[in-house]
Amino acid sequence: MNGTVALSAADLQQVTPATGIFTLIALLIALPLAGAAILLLGGRRTNRWGPYLGVLTVTGSAVLAIVMLVKLMSLPTGSRSIGQNLYQWVFAGSFKVNFAFQLDQLSIVFVLLITIVGTLIHIYSLGYMAHDVDRRKFFGYLNLFVAAMLILVLAGNYLLLYVGWEGVGLASYLLIGFWQYKPAAAAAAKKAFVINRVGDVGLSLAIMVMFVTFGTVNYSDVFGSASHASQGTLTAIGLLLLLAACGKSAQFPLQSWLLDAMEGPTPVSALIHAATMVTAGVYLIVRSNAIFDRAPWAAGMVIAIGIITMFMGAIIGSAKDDIKKSLAGSTMSQIGYMITAAGLGPIGYVFAIFHLLTHGVFKAGLFLGAGSVMHGMKDNVNMRMYGALRKVMVVTFITFGACYLSIIGIPPFSGFWSKDDIIHAAFERGTLIGVAGVLVAGITGFYMTRMVAMTFFGKARWEDDAHPHESPKVMTIPLVILGVGAVVLGMALLFWGNIKTWLEPVTGLTEAPTVIPDWAIMTISLACVLVGAAIAFVMYARRSVPTTAPRGSWLTRAAREELYGNEVNNTLVVRPSYYASRVLNWFDARAIDGFVNGLGGFTGAAGTRLRRMQTGFARSYALSMVGGAVLVILALVLVRL
Amino acid sequence: MNAAVQAGNVGETLVFWICAFFSVLGALGLIVSRKAVHSALWMALVMINLAILFVANSAPFLGMAQIVVYTGAVMMLFLFVLMMVGVDSSDSLIETIKGQRVAGILLGIGMGLLLVFGLGSALTNSTSVGLDAANGVDKGNVQGIAHLIFTDYLIPFEVTSALLITAALGAMVLAHRERWIPRLTQMQLSRARFAGSGHPGNLPNPGIYARHNAVDTPALLPDGSTTDLSIPGPLVARGGIRPVDHAEVDEVAAITDGGQS
Amino acid sequence: MNPVNYVILSAVLFSIGAIGVLVRRNAIIVFMSVELMLNAANLAFVAFARINGILSGQVIAFFVMVVAAAEVVVGLAIIVQIFRTRRSVSIDEPNLLKH
Repeated sequence: MNGTVALSAADLQQVTPATGIFTLIALLIALPLAGAAILLLGGRRTNRWGPYLGVLTVTGSAVLAIVMLVKLMSLPTGSRSIGQNLYQWVFAGSFKVNFAFQLDQLSIVFVLLITIVGTLIHIYSLGYMAHDVDRRKFFGYLNLFVAAMLILVLAGNYLLLYVGWEGVGLASYLLIGFWQYKPAAAAAAKKAFVINRVGDVGLSLAIMVMFVTFGTVNYSDVFGSASHASQGTLTAIGLLLLLAACGKSAQFPLQSWLLDAMEGPTPVSALIHAATMVTAGVYLIVRSNAIFDRAPWAAGMVIAIGIITMFMGAIIGSAKDDIKKSLAGSTMSQIGYMITAAGLGPIGYVFAIFHLLTHGVFKAGLFLGAGSVMHGMKDNVNMRMYGALRKVMVVTFITFGACYLSIIGIPPFSGFWSKDDIIHAAFERGTLIGVAGVLVAGITGFYMTRMVAMTFFGKARWEDDAHPHESPKVMTIPLVILGVGAVVLGMALLFWGNIKTWLEPVTGLTEAPTVIPDWAIMTISLACVLVGAAIAFVMYARRSVPTTAPRGSWLTRAAREELYGNEVNNTLVVRPSYYASRVLNWFDARAIDGFVNGLGGFTGAAGTRLRRMQTGFARSYALSMVGGAVLVILALVLVRL
Repeated sequence: MNAAVQAGNVGETLVFWICAFFSVLGALGLIVSRKAVHSALWMALVMINLAILFVANSAPFLGMAQIVVYTGAVMMLFLFVLMMVGVDSSDSLIETIKGQRVAGILLGIGMGLLLVFGLGSALTNSTSVGLDAANGVDKGNVQGIAHLIFTDYLIPFEVTSALLITAALGAMVLAHRERWIPRLTQMQLSRARFAGSGHPGNLPNPGIYARHNAVDTPALLPDGSTTDLSIPGPLVARGGIRPVDHAEVDEVAAITDGGQS
Repeated sequence: MNPVNYVILSAVLFSIGAIGVLVRRNAIIVFMSVELMLNAANLAFVAFARINGILSGQVIAFFVMVVAAAEVVVGLAIIVQIFRTRRSVSIDEPNLLKH
């Protein structure tokens, strides 16, 4: 157990003002934002060329990001943190926030992931959404998402990060509910939005606590003065940030929205709910490493949440017959890995990001592959209706297979390197955490093999009117690129890109000896994966798969019900608030309305009686006037007496 | 001074009581007359008596103005309007609003009693300064009032002139009736008369006979024949035309011829 | 001769006028009753002018006369107009205020 908390490297790295190409940081965001504005405000007249414009803007951002990466690599290690202040955004008393961006080693890898995977998914969508009437709107939303996500990762302070955070939440809501005529999609969108709100409350509270404690929300200032804050405050901030991360990254206990979010179009699931947005929680924790390093209790909570979610996601993914929901369970589980790694501290941050990047690529590939399969199977998502597709969808099968080998961690595919590193780091911290990682790796092997076996192997169990076919080039080319990425990205980042030293200035990196030797850990985890894969292969490829799901064990049934996450939510939150609302409603109807209505009724009744005095006869009015005059005179006389 | 007041006392007291009696009588008559014309006449009586009282109160100018403006102009206006709406428009004295009459009379009497009691008790011991001094400043009542009107009360005076003009215009606007169709010229009227199939000139007068010149007798035309055109329409409709005895016509003709020849 | 008598006479006339306004329905008679009340007030003004020895009371009475003349002109025009449209001068007739 490594108890030393090194002074975080982020404290040492100074933010230098932007010059040259880096003055275009805002352009990275502005391009997709302009695309979104044109597509969404331009209306129907942009229908024809709108989708292509959407692809172009993101491609432009991607090219710009690559140029910036090259430029950033040419800079000396210590000066790779670039800050650009656009203007003073908030100015209220002592509270000053700049509309400032910060591009550093951490941001740039996210920017590259978002823009490159985003570009591929945009291109893929050209084919996938070709026949959708609202194509233009879809691309507008996607561009909006990319812009918001870039704001999130490029922000130079927490308040701007919050803007991006909410922006991606909005885009996610819009895209999950893109087919809003489907009640399930509309409900899923609302659910995602509401549950994300819970996390957002955590983030906003964290920002407020930061302001109260440090008087600023700038990254550099907050991290620089983090050591002066009390342990309790840092723990509070850490836990609030963790709550935010749980909401956005679908971690226990706010995990239930992610599976429903699969109601959205598949490219959305690939981009938002696998590759980028759901990893924002990991980014938040890694970015706030200076706080978590000094709040061990909060970091411990991060690990606990990560491990719980890791298992939950894997178990759910093993039981779902819906290919997208199974992948969503897998996403939860993989993000659980990242969160765990992020909770490990300086020994894990780098690997969390490393796994995030490789996962972003191969999970996007998996989702797009699933989308390709669905495209060929008339949008059927039930894996029990698939089977033997490897012969008819060759490209999809090969790319899906590459991504599959990557996610279960077979060397030398990229998932192997990143996951292996996380398991290593986990063993460095504690054997139990490492064992959990190895076990989940085994389950990953099981459920991914199950998915591949049910989809591509075995006998064909297609519906009668299904005519599976390979998808058009516009969809397969992104698949191929992502498949290649799934093969080489891990090695490229590790050996050529040297990700560990690249990220070290931001996240810090310490290594500690483990009880078990490295080769043993690698062997054990590989063995676990292979055992899981073999079981699944025997169960789902060798034996025939029934087209209707068997009842299964209690664990299978629970996993199908998403481990009763929705029921827990219903019992703990929905029903109490329902009854509380009923009580309040009763109170409102009886007490408050009773009073208000009573007042109104009294006025009305009084008016009804007084109305009779209004006869319309001028003489009656004159009579009352004279009566009044008599009273006045009487008063005068009485006063005089 | 004191002697003068004493001397004026007897005459003034007499004038007061006579005029007070007639004005109260007139006021009561005003409110109890069924016909509006009678009310107007009672009103005129009240006004004249009040004018006398004004003069007795050393306000000769107001007394004259009262007679000229009220009994002259305002009452004439009332009578004109009465003529327009019908002199006989007498109103039924049956009260339609329940309790209005009783309440009105009681309130009126109550107010009167309160005023009389209050004013009386307030003013019983007051003495009258008299206006001799005030009138003497400008050597006369009219001069005194004129002096006040054109100095202290100049602006109210000018405002009342504006008020009068506005009232005159307002009355004109209110009483004005818009003509819906253009007025017909004499030519148009005569054209209209001759264009129709009716009788353009005068119809013959009712028949003239020695014994019958009633309207139901057909008229005798110059050539000795008779015509039914002189009979009013309703009589024709009822079949009430008196038959003509031609023997009598001939007899008359014979007499006149004989007389002339 | 106590000038208070004039004031009391004016109060009596004023009350009679008020009764006329309240009791009669013919708009013209009601109008005349109003005039009677105004004249009663004038009498009071004149009497008070004499009691106090100031001519202002008479000037005010003069103004009252002018205003009353203006009021009569407009009021009678209104009565004529009402008569034209409704063929009646009863003031109970136009109880349109109610609706």
